[in-house]
Amino acid sequence: MSIKLISALVAMAPVAAQARSQLNLTQGVTDISQRVYDLHMTIFYICCVIGVVVFGAMFWSMIRHRKSKGRKPATFHENVKVEIAWTVIPFLILIGMAIPATSTLIAMEDTSEAEVTVLVTGSQWKWHYKYFDTDVEYFSLLATPRQQIENKLDKGENYLLEVDRPLVIPTGKKVRFLITSDDVIHSWWVPDFAVKKDANPGMINEAWTKVDEPGIYRGQCAELCGKDHGFMPVVVIAKEPAEYDAWMAEQVAAKQRAEEEEQRLLAMSMDMDEAMELGERVYVGSCAACHQANGEGIPGVFPALKGSDMALNDMQGHIDIVVNGKTGTSMQAFGNQLTMQEIAAVVTYERNAWGNDTGDLVQAADINAFMNE
Amino acid sequence: MSTVVGEMDHHDHHHHAPSGITRWLFTTNHKDIGSLYLWFSFIMFLVGGAMAMVIRAELFQPGLQLVEPHFFNQMTTVHGLIMVFGAVMPAFTGLANWMIPMMIGAPDMALPRMNNWSFWILPFAFAILLASLFMEGGGPAFGWTFYAPLSTTYSSDSTALFVFSVHIMGISSIMGAINVIVTIMNMRAPGMTYMKMPLFVWTWFITAFLLIAVMPVLAGAVTMVLTDKYFGTSFFDAAGGGDPVMFQHIFWFFGHPEVYIMILPSFGIVSAIIPAFSRKQLFGYASMVYATAAIAGLSFLVWAHHMFTTGMPVFAELFFMYCTMLISVPTGVKVFNWVATMWRGSITFEPPMMFALAFVILFTIGGFSGLMLAITPVDFQYHDTYFVVAHFHYVLVSGAIFSIMAAAYYWLPKWTGHMYDMGLAKLHFWASLISVNVLFFPMHFAGLAGMPRRIPDYSIQFADINQIVSIGGFAFGLSQLIFLWLVIKCVRGGEKAPAKPWEGAEGLEWTVPSPAPYHTFDTPPEVK
Repeated sequence: MSIKLISALVAMAPVAAQARSQLNLTQGVTDISQRVYDLHMTIFYICCVIGVVVFGAMFWSMIRHRKSKGRKPATFHENVKVEIAWTVIPFLILIGMAIPATSTLIAMEDTSEAEVTVLVTGSQWKWHYKYFDTDVEYFSLLATPRQQIENKLDKGENYLLEVDRPLVIPTGKKVRFLITSDDVIHSWWVPDFAVKKDANPGMINEAWTKVDEPGIYRGQCAELCGKDHGFMPVVVIAKEPAEYDAWMAEQVAAKQRAEEEEQRLLAMSMDMDEAMELGERVYVGSCAACHQANGEGIPGVFPALKGSDMALNDMQGHIDIVVNGKTGTSMQAFGNQLTMQEIAAVVTYERNAWGNDTGDLVQAADINAFMNE
Repeated sequence: MSTVVGEMDHHDHHHHAPSGITRWLFTTNHKDIGSLYLWFSFIMFLVGGAMAMVIRAELFQPGLQLVEPHFFNQMTTVHGLIMVFGAVMPAFTGLANWMIPMMIGAPDMALPRMNNWSFWILPFAFAILLASLFMEGGGPAFGWTFYAPLSTTYSSDSTALFVFSVHIMGISSIMGAINVIVTIMNMRAPGMTYMKMPLFVWTWFITAFLLIAVMPVLAGAVTMVLTDKYFGTSFFDAAGGGDPVMFQHIFWFFGHPEVYIMILPSFGIVSAIIPAFSRKQLFGYASMVYATAAIAGLSFLVWAHHMFTTGMPVFAELFFMYCTMLISVPTGVKVFNWVATMWRGSITFEPPMMFALAFVILFTIGGFSGLMLAITPVDFQYHDTYFVVAHFHYVLVSGAIFSIMAAAYYWLPKWTGHMYDMGLAKLHFWASLISVNVLFFPMHFAGLAGMPRRIPDYSIQFADINQIVSIGGFAFGLSQLIFLWLVIKCVRGGEKAPAKPWEGAEGLEWTVPSPAPYHTFDTPPEVK
């Protein structure tokens, strides 16, 4: 019986924890996030006590000092002693709050002596992670299917909080985040770490965490960054150091394989059907958020590709804008985000979809030639 | 000499109101202009409210149902701009126009023609802003705080209209503020010393100085946005030697005093109403004045508490945390004074008092969440979540707007000469009180659980809370139509109001008949 009971309790524990976190701040999984939670609760309770006293006095007057009870108004209208007391006492309470707040803040801002450093770069509307001292870097995009957002499919458990490639960090080590942006201001937030830091274009902010429990931790962009601000989640996986090292070795190897594959693909050419199929996939993942699935863009904000001069005539300009982006606009440089084959395919797609029908077929080798010009 | 004055008086009496549209277009009468401001702000309140309904309808369920994210962002942006600059601020200016001359025994505002102009440019400002929604690419979609570079490099061309519209609003506010200051300093009746002025006059006096100090800063901010976007400057672009975070410093140097611009007149209103219906003199008049001045002074030292996550030096974070916490001392003094005013009074619960009491309680709740937000390490968790949305709606809706409702119920008999429908007023109060809490209280929980603000769609764990919030929102929106109906009914007729309809009310405005004559205090009253 006791085994049954224990297993039932164990099964319920995560449910209970989840239920609690739906109404209150998370306690998180780091020493800092616990201190932040304690601070939050302390100040909340202080506010409750003050509230009970003030509202108590108010309701007492409203109930006992009513005209309908035949009360005659008193005539007092000042009392220096009382007024000094209710100026000084709140001041002392504030000092009591400020002391733990100050020490927690100083600890949170101490980014020194980190063992792992990750450069976090926000852009419309995805995160990019680059591990210092390695070549490993990748983009992390929303993985929730478009159909779920449009209510055509049932929403999954981690709706809007899932990405294709999460950030991976080791447990038990101090990890430093250098945070910046490629376009507008974003804010990188993981509630379980009590880390929220703005990603400012042209500047680098610092934050850190030290996670003790392995697990998956989810957050979101917290600063309005344009149309798809609500669709750029943050997912971090904390792994035991040994597992982390294995994962990192795998990433380094995969990176090498990808580079070899890229070289191999340069020699191969796609036929039109292959290019259109791959191109559509890339377009939906990287371009449709702005230029829309039908290629018509949003007038006045994001230009149409359907029937545009560039997509119909200017091939070199088209490759250039996809590879290098366009400064002063939302158009990003995709040269370092997509493989040459993907760029070739998406340019082909844009030149032949939605009735553009130029018949142009671009190959990875063309992109390679352009980039090495 | 005396004959000259006599002749001028005589001349003035012939100068009666023209009828029809020209009365309102060319009016220099403080009461007419006050009415124009109040009607304008109520219309804007309904327009901004309609946008809030769109927001709440989209957020009723997870997923995208009704509007596209780009349009959703336009709704949150324009809702904020309209409520701040179109609803709350003009309502206070309307109250100032109507009441300040009558409270200090002056015949009118000091600068009546400027008064006309400062109102009549406002409809154009908001026509421009609303028209921008119909432009190609839509209206402003970068939040009412228009952070660069989202509002510069990455915005649509409606930004230019937004900038001009904000400029016009700013000019209107500055002229209104100048008028208030000049009126109060020069036109008080004999014997009306500064420390005898009603608190509504005092709080507006201080508010007017805040307006003059910060509206030019806002004008500077929008101008830099304009030149960054169209004329190749780089104030907020790091690539050209600028700094996007500097935009936020400039904006919030305006923005934080702006928050107090929207609450100090409320303090004045509540300080008139609570003594009236407690039948007891306001407790601690002098400390109320000093506390208001202290809040206004501190408001210039706390702006960066809106920016704790932008990456400031620890020293700066500590400075702004301590200063922000300090504001709770004078604010606390005010709340304690109101409670002490009620203590051992002889209280009745007419509609103005009901709204004033709800104001004290709900504003204090907003103050508590404000104190929590001041604590920098915890603010990192609260910042840009629904906890913040809950906080500022508690102080602005159940704070500022409830105080405006209280003021309307307090002075409506004086303005129209009729008593209003008490049953309807109480219905409006209870419907508003319950729905405003259903609307905003659960937002605290959504924010603590991690829901960011300004998102058109959310993860499924927030579904229940958002559904409750939306229902509260629709109910609150509909409740305000009761008020519209009540006011129309009261303007058109009703029981004749006496000069002083409230037993415990104090002040010069109650010495003139109801409705207040077109010209009051041609001869200044003697204040003892």
